[in-house]
Amino acid sequence: MNAKIKIENLNLYYGSFQALTDVNMNIYEKKITALIGPSGCGKSTFLRTLNRMNDLIDSVRIKGNVLLDYKDIYAKDYDIIKLRKKVGMVFQKPNPFPKSIYENIVYGPRIHGINDKQKLDEIVERTLKEVALWDEVKDRLKKPAMGLSGGQQQRLCIARCLAVEPEIILMDEPTSALDPVATLRIESLLEELVRKYTIVIVTHNMQQAGRVSDYTSFFLSGRVIETDETDIIFSNPDNKKTEDYITGRFG
Amino acid sequence: MTNYEETMELVSLNDNSRKKYYWKNHLFYIFIYLMAAITILVLVAIIGYILINGIGHINWEFLTSEPRSMGREGGIFSIIIGTLYLTVVAIAVSAPIGVLAAVYFAEYAKESKWVKTIRFGTEVLAGIPSIIFGLFGFTFFVIFLGFRWSILSGGLTLSMMILPTLIRATEEALKTVPQSYREGSLSLGATKWQTIIKVILPSCLSGILTGLILGIGRAVGETAAVMLTAGSALGLPESLMDPARTMSVHLYILASEGLSKEKTFATASLLIILVLLINTIASKVVQRFINKAKA
Repeated sequence: MNAKIKIENLNLYYGSFQALTDVNMNIYEKKITALIGPSGCGKSTFLRTLNRMNDLIDSVRIKGNVLLDYKDIYAKDYDIIKLRKKVGMVFQKPNPFPKSIYENIVYGPRIHGINDKQKLDEIVERTLKEVALWDEVKDRLKKPAMGLSGGQQQRLCIARCLAVEPEIILMDEPTSALDPVATLRIESLLEELVRKYTIVIVTHNMQQAGRVSDYTSFFLSGRVIETDETDIIFSNPDNKKTEDYITGRFG
Repeated sequence: MTNYEETMELVSLNDNSRKKYYWKNHLFYIFIYLMAAITILVLVAIIGYILINGIGHINWEFLTSEPRSMGREGGIFSIIIGTLYLTVVAIAVSAPIGVLAAVYFAEYAKESKWVKTIRFGTEVLAGIPSIIFGLFGFTFFVIFLGFRWSILSGGLTLSMMILPTLIRATEEALKTVPQSYREGSLSLGATKWQTIIKVILPSCLSGILTGLILGIGRAVGETAAVMLTAGSALGLPESLMDPARTMSVHLYILASEGLSKEKTFATASLLIILVLLINTIASKVVQRFINKAKA
């Protein structure tokens, strides 16, 4: 199996606090990998090391390797712009820009140098169809994105992410701010997207991890306790702590 | 509510101390009501007095003809133009500097001693009496740089006065932009600069505009600093290097030299209308800004 991202001995510190300890993991191509664990276990921090969003925080230090297509993304000459184009991100709270639906989607492509109107129109239609939002918004593309419902906004954010043609999509609890119906729509969307993209999703919701993911990693206190195929993690985990967490004995 | 008042009344009839309390409450209410009324009255009286005395003398001729015999006769056309020029120069100089400085403070600078010192400096600058700016502008622009009494000297001096307000307003506006916009933009592969130009500044444009409008208000209302740097020539200014007289300066000279009561009040009325207009626009813009933030 092809490991799209290979994480080797990753350690991360916020100042003197160690948030991640010796994380080793493979993220497989065109699969959904779920990261589960109690609050503060480091799963979101870990997700953010994969597109170097932690660079925004000054006190963060990182040791170890994160190899994307066999290249270390923390190497000095690695282009962070190209990295983020390749590794898209969807956030916990839908965060469309205060612009129109259309402008939200073409923002990324324009930044990367696409200015041809026809091409941009194509991107908008393609990505909105990919997230099953096209039929709902095709008549109001020029209207503010803030006017959409929470679930629609989150799908728009996914479309915005797809518009720069990433290979990997990182999702940080993408449904935790949404109602159950909107959550289900996003989940069924994930099943479509995984045919083309590699997905890493942080979730608090264990049923969600069980429903959508191919692989699951269980984080606890900054360490990866166990990583395996989701079916195995949920039916027959190796580690007692994993079993306790999954059966709801803590967390 | 009525029930409560009725009870209070019954109680107050029987109980002396309660009665006292009741009246104290009422007295206090009357007192603060009076204070509020006085504030409004003063405002209405000033504006009303000026407008009543002045607005009748504002006519087409007053607006479009140039002042004659020191301003006793004629209109204030060249003075309106002078005010306009000076304000435009002041804004054109201070807007880019102020906005970029605010971007530096809000987006780039880390909380260091250096930044705190600069920020403290800007705040002090905002509180300095305008005549000090005037004195500096006079010695530096007018004499040392040899710009003489001119729109350029005056505009530069005013822009220094506007800067602190503008930086402050812009910085506050930038702080209201949610962190999630920055993250969203950066995660798409945008650089920090692209994020600032394309997402952050547009989403707080109204806040910046408010700062600018307040700055314009300050520029239009300034007298002392302008007299020291732009002079008080009555002629129509033709270039940046020409001296000019603004409405505030004109008003000051007309009043202090007792040239014409009518023209004084007409100029004052026009100035009030201008300031009211600017404030109305500012609050409208602020309102839009707030509504947008809620959406």
